[in-house]
Amino acid sequence: MASDRIVGIDLGTTNSLVAFMQGETPVVIPGDDGLNLLPSVVALDANNHPVVGNAARNSLIETPERAVYSIKRLMGRGVEDIQEELKLFPFRLAEDLQPGEVLRIKLGNKTFTPPEISALILRQLKRSAERFFGGPVTKAVITVPAYFNDAQRQATKDAGRIAGLEVLRLVNEPTAASLAYGLDKKQNGIVAVYDLGGGTFDISILKLHDGIFEVIATNGDTHLGGDDIDNLLITIALDDIRGDLNLDLRRNAEAVQAIRKAVIEAKIALSSQPSVKLDIELPGGYRYQREITRDQYEQLIQPVIDRTVGPCKQAIKDANLKPEQIDEVVLVGGSTRIPKVRALVKDLFHREPHTDLNPDEVVALGAAVQANILGGGSEATENMLLLDVTPLSLGIEVAGGVTDKIILRNSTIPASATQFYTTQIDGQTNVAIHVLQGERELAKDCRSLARFDLKGVPPMAAGIPRVEVKFLIDANGILHVSAREQRSGKEADIQVQPSYGLTDEQVEGMILDSFDNAEEDFRQRQLIEARAETATILAALEKGKKSAAWGQLTTDEKKQIAKMEKSLAAVNAEDDYHAIRKAIDALNQGTMRLAELMMDTAVSSALKGKNMDETDLGEGPTAPHPMAKAEFE
Amino acid sequence: MRLWNVILRLSRIGVGAGDPLAQPVPRNIPRDPLRPVHAEKRNENLTTKSVLTTVAAQPLPQDSRSCWSCGSVFETTRAALFCKSCGKVQPPVAVDYFTFFGLPPKLNVDAPSLEKSFYELSRRLHPDLNARAGSQEQEWSLEQSSLLNDAYRTLRDPIKRTEYLLHLEGVELEEQSKSATEQARATGAMKKQIVPPDVLEEVFELNMQLEELRMSKKMGEEDPALIAEIGKQKLSLEAKHESLLQELQADWKEWDSLIDSAQASSEERGQATSRMVDVLNRRNYIRNLVRDVNAALEE
Repeated sequence: MASDRIVGIDLGTTNSLVAFMQGETPVVIPGDDGLNLLPSVVALDANNHPVVGNAARNSLIETPERAVYSIKRLMGRGVEDIQEELKLFPFRLAEDLQPGEVLRIKLGNKTFTPPEISALILRQLKRSAERFFGGPVTKAVITVPAYFNDAQRQATKDAGRIAGLEVLRLVNEPTAASLAYGLDKKQNGIVAVYDLGGGTFDISILKLHDGIFEVIATNGDTHLGGDDIDNLLITIALDDIRGDLNLDLRRNAEAVQAIRKAVIEAKIALSSQPSVKLDIELPGGYRYQREITRDQYEQLIQPVIDRTVGPCKQAIKDANLKPEQIDEVVLVGGSTRIPKVRALVKDLFHREPHTDLNPDEVVALGAAVQANILGGGSEATENMLLLDVTPLSLGIEVAGGVTDKIILRNSTIPASATQFYTTQIDGQTNVAIHVLQGERELAKDCRSLARFDLKGVPPMAAGIPRVEVKFLIDANGILHVSAREQRSGKEADIQVQPSYGLTDEQVEGMILDSFDNAEEDFRQRQLIEARAETATILAALEKGKKSAAWGQLTTDEKKQIAKMEKSLAAVNAEDDYHAIRKAIDALNQGTMRLAELMMDTAVSSALKGKNMDETDLGEGPTAPHPMAKAEFE
Repeated sequence: MRLWNVILRLSRIGVGAGDPLAQPVPRNIPRDPLRPVHAEKRNENLTTKSVLTTVAAQPLPQDSRSCWSCGSVFETTRAALFCKSCGKVQPPVAVDYFTFFGLPPKLNVDAPSLEKSFYELSRRLHPDLNARAGSQEQEWSLEQSSLLNDAYRTLRDPIKRTEYLLHLEGVELEEQSKSATEQARATGAMKKQIVPPDVLEEVFELNMQLEELRMSKKMGEEDPALIAEIGKQKLSLEAKHESLLQELQADWKEWDSLIDSAQASSEERGQATSRMVDVLNRRNYIRNLVRDVNAALEE
């Protein structure tokens, strides 16, 4: 049943995963390489076809201008908020980018918005799930950092739509993790989830009560994670190289990616070893070698991991708790494997954190649990309900450029607020509303969410219209606005101009694009597969001609086969996979007697004591080929 | 001139209280033809001022409706949030937060039982548990569940609860928030400050000391004696804050007994609410002062 196939997806900065509730247990669905983690890397191959995951990772070093990683850092952001990112990450923005426009990233000579790149990752996960189920997958729960703002959430939802997925719910990552943990524990108490991933940090404090997972407070930093540690190590290596070898590699993308790969390996090793040796081959035959001890490394990363302390303290304060009142601490995200991070958490919460579940997988598993709840639940998830909060206050700009907060942070969602507006000029028919998100007092320090135009206010004397505007944050943490002029009862027309987002029309266009591509992709795959099969059958035929059985065929049969062989070779040069398939089928039919004769010969030689293996049968015309099965539609 | 400059918050300037306009009625609801007219009229917007003024003196509204899905009739003293026979979420009806929880408009609220109701209602109304319902029902679930959360957030907090009740009674508190201060500063408007007379002298002195502290910090100096003095003042303010909360609780008791007696005159109610307004205004003033002191000490 299709409703059984709601998958849970962790769309991570570094890795992405798809999971599903199999019976009463959530399991990660592996990709076609058999691995659970899909690196969140997208590249274009030589034919301008997108490749995702490990295949794209190689391209990061070989053709870095055709690949992109850590795209999550750019989701829902404008060009003015990513200046820091641009210094540290090799994002190549489109040159013709206009201010206020959604970012576009260059891969080769094509450009993609961050939601489109994320959609390619999602589509890869969708395919893995479809292979797993043997049927289409169209619904998903996708996780986002708890501290993601409205624009970042909307961008994630758009990515889902572009990938052909109905996003039933966006779930906050730490909350999802708590669901995965809560599944077998089923206990009451206060739990803190510390989630330090590749690019984002979240802290959530939850109250567990008979299956209700009530988030009391959340905080975080959407630009803090393992990436920051990698960048520190890369900078040091580049400085070293410049100092020692007088070689400036900062603009050499291939070299930077080679260094990045090496320092990530070193970082991982330093979680278990007292020291590690970097050894990197550089262009021009140079070699960069350096030993890093655990001590040096920990000193280096201290400022990065210290940035998690403030959000943790704020969350504990917002929850109105003392650290001692927190019963359990759960670690999530690959960066929590770093011993120094674990020590810091232990220090902050005065207790040993839990690490029972794989920190890379626990979010996806939790997303699968939530997917199951949305799908109607099962024995395992019975009574489970997630009550999450909005991480940031929602405000309106009022006179003087001040933010008037109307929904405070850590309010349980869905949450709503109603505001009344009037006009200041006689006959005024439009009222503009500027919606903001953030904790700061002045509008200019908060993040602009959207500007709404209330249009069609009936012309009346100033101060007489009474426009009721309802702001509602849904269970995904996304804002909806509706308005009504109360004196006339007229619904006011709202024009939404998301400050950093795609319009519905743009998303629709991208969906079509990806469908077009999907068809093209499908055609390409079919063609490749058909040609591979042609090669197999023609090779088999060559061998058949050399066998004793060939002589037993009539001249007519041989002529017929030669004719079919020729026409197969001819259509194989064309791009019509249907024609190739037809020619293959014909040749298969035509060579059936030859195959039977060869088999007979083989059997009789075997009876004569010859080993079957020595009789060269060749690969049969229907031998398995290395290509993946065709996609489901 | 930027357009947002012309926006005025009506609630701030106090225009248009109590419009007898109905809430938006969800489309496509099978309506009960026998539904009494007064039930319609009650659908006033809640953020206007007049809703509870009549409710407090009268018995809770009796609402008789039937489930849009299975047709079973409910007789409840609260809004029909979901159908007790078929479990379907019902279209939202504008009610005040107390009525939403089936509570009388009293100020002493039992926190554990409020939490219990919140959890129980969440299990019925939350969108996650209605994700497979029709799109109309999903929309109601979203609205009902946001109402539930808004109501719970307001009622579980003693100060917000009191302010909300006063709001229902048609009383608005002076804006003492930081954003109101900033706004007043930015627009050059005078902000109405209600300084409780009994702390007037202390406040004057404290402000001088805070100014002194800021100056000395600017010069990079630390004056331990000054900091100790301010710390002492802060403790006394916190004690004051505590005693105001106790005063407020006494006022709650009085209010609740007025509600119980059901014969209280509007004059008596008015007196009770103005006492609470007074306590809250003083309390807010002291709280802001403590906040300023903390900020100055941490700067």
